[in-house]
Amino acid sequence: MLASRAGKSSRMQLKASYKFAAAALAVAALMSAQMAPTLAIGPVPTVKAHKGEVTVVSLRAVLPPGFHANSNTPTDAYLIPLTLKWTGGPLQSDAITYPKPALEKYSFSDKPLSVVTGEFTITTKFKIPADAPSGPSAQNGTLKYQACNDRMCFAPKTLPVTLTVNIE
Amino acid sequence: MKSFLRTLAVVGVAGLLGMVACTVPEELPSKPVVKSTSTRKTAPEFSLKDSTGKVVHLADYKGKVVLLDFWATWCGPCKIEIPWFTEFERKYKVRGFEVLGVSMDEDGWKAIQPFAAQAAINYRIILGDDKTGDQYGGIEALPTTFVIDREGKIASVHVGLSGRKEFQDAIESLL
Repeated sequence: MLASRAGKSSRMQLKASYKFAAAALAVAALMSAQMAPTLAIGPVPTVKAHKGEVTVVSLRAVLPPGFHANSNTPTDAYLIPLTLKWTGGPLQSDAITYPKPALEKYSFSDKPLSVVTGEFTITTKFKIPADAPSGPSAQNGTLKYQACNDRMCFAPKTLPVTLTVNIE
Repeated sequence: MKSFLRTLAVVGVAGLLGMVACTVPEELPSKPVVKSTSTRKTAPEFSLKDSTGKVVHLADYKGKVVLLDFWATWCGPCKIEIPWFTEFERKYKVRGFEVLGVSMDEDGWKAIQPFAAQAAINYRIILGDDKTGDQYGGIEALPTTFVIDREGKIASVHVGLSGRKEFQDAIESLL
């Protein structure tokens, strides 16, 4: 009898904990909708390359659910595009390939917008000059994005990106 | 499992409280309402330039109801509200009402002027800065709009795209 009561009480506590956790997280999610989302850049790979060759580097990035950023080719001239720039280092940026944008419709826009959401990858094709210095060094760049949700937008942000490069 | 859920709940609540304490200014209600006169706080003073280079102070508008709209040309939701504000400016100006658009565009007038012309904005635009944004509680999201009463006090705050009627009701209750 006591064991049965204890079991029932435990199940009720578990149910209550579950509801509480769900409610807390739901409210937290609602509150976070008013905060600027942070674009997380995945682990940046170490680039091992040989002089005179070409190498391709992929950068993975993730936007939190519920947010989007303009793609590199926004549909409106006033929108700020996703932009990766390599600003210094031993490698020569030859071509940058952005993720394929999604055309999504939002309540604040008459026409679909060209956006990226969730996890996406930007690849850069680098040339390694024949006279590049041997050994370890760094390739620096920036990733600029401007994010919104369906009710509000957040100021453009520029994140630093650094690749560890090892030229042989 | 139970312990995990308890932890999840604690983390959720702690996160929620942390967010409320650290990032949501006290005067930002979750649902915009016109505050009672006794609970209104004085709107921070600022000195910002308009497109002619003239310095504009909030104090210049004392005695008027002011809709202070923080916006940017790159903000899609802001563009929904702008025609409403243009209409309010036309409709309520004679009753002592003004709209002030505070643009947070990094590119300044180069971005603002063609946009304002295209959108036929009929109210004054001033170029905002981080200092002013901070004074107003840290403007994280655009649009963020403050409706200020004739005594220069904040009567309502609207974060994100809000309803046209919300603004209209707030303005009419103050005029």
